[in-house]
Amino acid sequence: MAAISKRLGALSVFSLLAGGAGTAGAEMALNFPEPAAGVAQEIYDIHMLTSIIATVLLVIICAFVGYSLYYHRKSRGYEADQKFHETWFGQWSWIIVPVLVLGIDLTIAGSAQKTLEKVWVVPKDTDMLDVKVVGHQWWWEYEYLDHSVEIDGKPKSVRVESRYLPEDQAGEDTAGYLRAVDNPLVLPVGKKVRFLHTSADVLHAFWVPELAVKKDAIPGYVTETWVDLNREGRFSGQCAELCGTWHSRMPIEVEVVAEEKFNSWMEEQKRTMLAAAAEAAMDKDWTMDELMEKGRANYNTKCAACHQITGKGLPPAFPAIKDSPIAVGPIPEHVDIVLNGKPGTAMVAWNTLTDLELASIITYERNAWGNDTGDLVQPRDVKAARTAVPAPAPAAE
Amino acid sequence: MSTATIDLEHHEDHEHHGPPKGFKRWLFSTNHKDIGTMYLIFALTMLFAGGVSAMAIRAELFLPGLQLLEPDLYNNLVTNHALIMIFGAVMPAAAGLANWMIPLMIGAPDMALPRLNNLSFWILPAAATMLILSFVVPFFPGGGTQINTGWTIYPPLSIQVGMSMDFLLFALHMLGISSVLASINIIVTIFNMRAPDVKLTQMPIFVWTWLVTAFLLILVIPVLAGGVTMLIFDRHFGTSFFSAGGGGDPVLFQHLFWFFGHPEVYILILPSMGVLASVVPTFSRKPLFGYASMVGAMIAIMIIGMVVWAHHQYTIGMSLGAVSYFMIGTIIISIPVGLMVFNYMATMWRGAMTFETPMLFAIGILLMFSFGGLTGIMLAVVPADMQYHDSMFVVAHFHYVLMPGAVFGLFAGVFYWLPKWTGHMYDEKLAKIFFWVNVISFNVTFFPQHFIGLAGMPRRIVDYHAMFTEFNVISSLGAIVFGLSHLLLLYIIIKTIRGGKQAEDKVWEGAKGLEWELSSPPPFHSWTTPPKLAVS
Repeated sequence: MAAISKRLGALSVFSLLAGGAGTAGAEMALNFPEPAAGVAQEIYDIHMLTSIIATVLLVIICAFVGYSLYYHRKSRGYEADQKFHETWFGQWSWIIVPVLVLGIDLTIAGSAQKTLEKVWVVPKDTDMLDVKVVGHQWWWEYEYLDHSVEIDGKPKSVRVESRYLPEDQAGEDTAGYLRAVDNPLVLPVGKKVRFLHTSADVLHAFWVPELAVKKDAIPGYVTETWVDLNREGRFSGQCAELCGTWHSRMPIEVEVVAEEKFNSWMEEQKRTMLAAAAEAAMDKDWTMDELMEKGRANYNTKCAACHQITGKGLPPAFPAIKDSPIAVGPIPEHVDIVLNGKPGTAMVAWNTLTDLELASIITYERNAWGNDTGDLVQPRDVKAARTAVPAPAPAAE
Repeated sequence: MSTATIDLEHHEDHEHHGPPKGFKRWLFSTNHKDIGTMYLIFALTMLFAGGVSAMAIRAELFLPGLQLLEPDLYNNLVTNHALIMIFGAVMPAAAGLANWMIPLMIGAPDMALPRLNNLSFWILPAAATMLILSFVVPFFPGGGTQINTGWTIYPPLSIQVGMSMDFLLFALHMLGISSVLASINIIVTIFNMRAPDVKLTQMPIFVWTWLVTAFLLILVIPVLAGGVTMLIFDRHFGTSFFSAGGGGDPVLFQHLFWFFGHPEVYILILPSMGVLASVVPTFSRKPLFGYASMVGAMIAIMIIGMVVWAHHQYTIGMSLGAVSYFMIGTIIISIPVGLMVFNYMATMWRGAMTFETPMLFAIGILLMFSFGGLTGIMLAVVPADMQYHDSMFVVAHFHYVLMPGAVFGLFAGVFYWLPKWTGHMYDEKLAKIFFWVNVISFNVTFFPQHFIGLAGMPRRIVDYHAMFTEFNVISSLGAIVFGLSHLLLLYIIIKTIRGGKQAEDKVWEGAKGLEWELSSPPPFHSWTTPPKLAVS
């Protein structure tokens, strides 16, 4: 909460109320942030146009009402004009007013339609960087569909998992409270990027104000948006569609960098992926210490948002793992719920993780916080569970 | 005039037609005035329930960080605030005005279907209980998770929620049944119960707005009921209407919801606009400007309002053709709405205005509702909406539409007719203080939210980045005053019911209409013989 208390110290509201704008006021935003893409600039321009038209209309309305309030009052001795509605204006206003309003409407709709056609439909004929954006409760997954490595003879796209970083773990140069993430979405400047949005569980929405794209992530469907990035920088946004408990902790951080920097970053990602795959593929017996160490790291990034670092969960939505009948009960059931999820609840299937990641998480859950079962789950156990036919329900007799 | 007086004397000979004593008067009531009173008291109670949840929300948002509320409790409050205000406060209050005023205004002895009237009211307390239970149940052991979906209850999130969601869904069904029954009654009354002299084209605009509103309700509530039923089936009977995994579509629910949800906005606003049509001419001492265009405009609003629902869902990935249609259709609504606002301005123009509390609210509505309408046009523009959508800008917009457009109109109506209902004048000085405190604190609360929305703060978040702090502090301070100001309203109303200067039959100098020809308060049974319109 350090940043908050700092903020409160400089809270400019009270200085504003006192009549002088404080220095913190400089940070105070009133309008869209400066666009970082061509489409965002278009959207900014149409927003300014409609704002100005709306303001002018409001001023006109206020002027007429104000004039009337001042002059047409009984206390000034003004006599009501009982025949006003019978004047030519009264006779024809029902057609004059709609025609005037229609004119304003068509002005707005005409310019809006032009902008809409530019920003809405993704250009088909140009070379674009495709990024699949998957919303999860409550983190983002970015998949670079044009960049892949070969693992087990199959191409695998480069994936980035992006999660909220608590303030005490976020560094000084990050986007700040509720905006810091562990891995940002890195994109090259000057490139056209197509985002393909989908969701793994409930509705989410991808929103970065500087890029001006907002699109819902809908489970089972793919929606698309595009941007033509035109300046470097770090841009922050967050999930915009209510997605449950930690909706407010789904930050998006986009880092737009020069093309060379993007390429070297991409190479590094690929190396990391290959190294992780090689490690996961090792057919060896992992020791308890190795699995517990990996398990703690994996659990704290992937599971702790719901089940908490302490393993105590947030019942009833997110059950505790500490002392839970599953975590201290039979191993196959524990593997099954992590691997396949629990339908009708927020617990999703985690089968996209590697065998090693899953084995380490399950081992950690069975031995941390006093769940001292002493059980060791090896990657090969998870592998077997993946291919196993689901166990039939116990017979009734 | 004279017929009314004769009528009253005639009535006094039949004292045994007076109200029954005790609880039976209320529980078994078939009297439109008593049922109207119950509706209004119910709405006032719910206004405070919804207001407390709103103040809790603003208290949490006062500063960044999690201070008072767990995220799920926050989301639960957001859900409940919306549903209680819409279905518990505004709709019953408008129905209360309809019950009280429509028979008086059209010269009818009562509503056409009095027992149905009793039923449609008494469903409400039961539905409200279910609604409040949906909020409370998760706090009991085994009560499941809290409702964290918002009032839009979009699946798949609403399928994850525990049993409290079922309470909410059944409460929605009951509220819908109540509204449909009340609407049937209002339509039948207006078509069949008018005094022989009162033609459709001579009815006060308030009666017209309710006629249109009642038709809208009957047309759209069944669609909501369909969506809610499908949600219940998805939750409990293994169907997958809203799940892509089973061939369904989560977006389908959004279409069903907003096919109801957008006309619902006009259902909330139209009766209040009808109140203005009584208030503005009275205090301008001048006939209403543009009666025919007013009726035409509200019918246009009803028709266009039913075919533009998807502007609430621009971000779901519709085709270019679809969003273009919904954008233009939505912008076109500004024509009839603009015409109505213009007619009220033209009624004030060259009038001889005085500024009693109902008129103050009416003027405030014209300015603030126009502002809300203009931000509505901004929101209708699809490319710009890609930024505004689901931001605090939307929250600011719809509170500017619904507070002035619906709630302030109801306040205006209450102050306008309270002397008629109770027979006592309200305390004008206190009422004016209430108006100024209420309207200023409303603007302090919601105006800053436009800016934080544009700057990038999403709605329905429990915690926010520090860059949004200043305006949230202002907004929350405004909300404290705004919320508390309603205690003054309650005090004024109670004070007026208990006593005060005797109100004349024609309470306001410039008032016109049948309701002012009855005594204040009107007899328990009024217009037992149909009134004749004075030939002017």
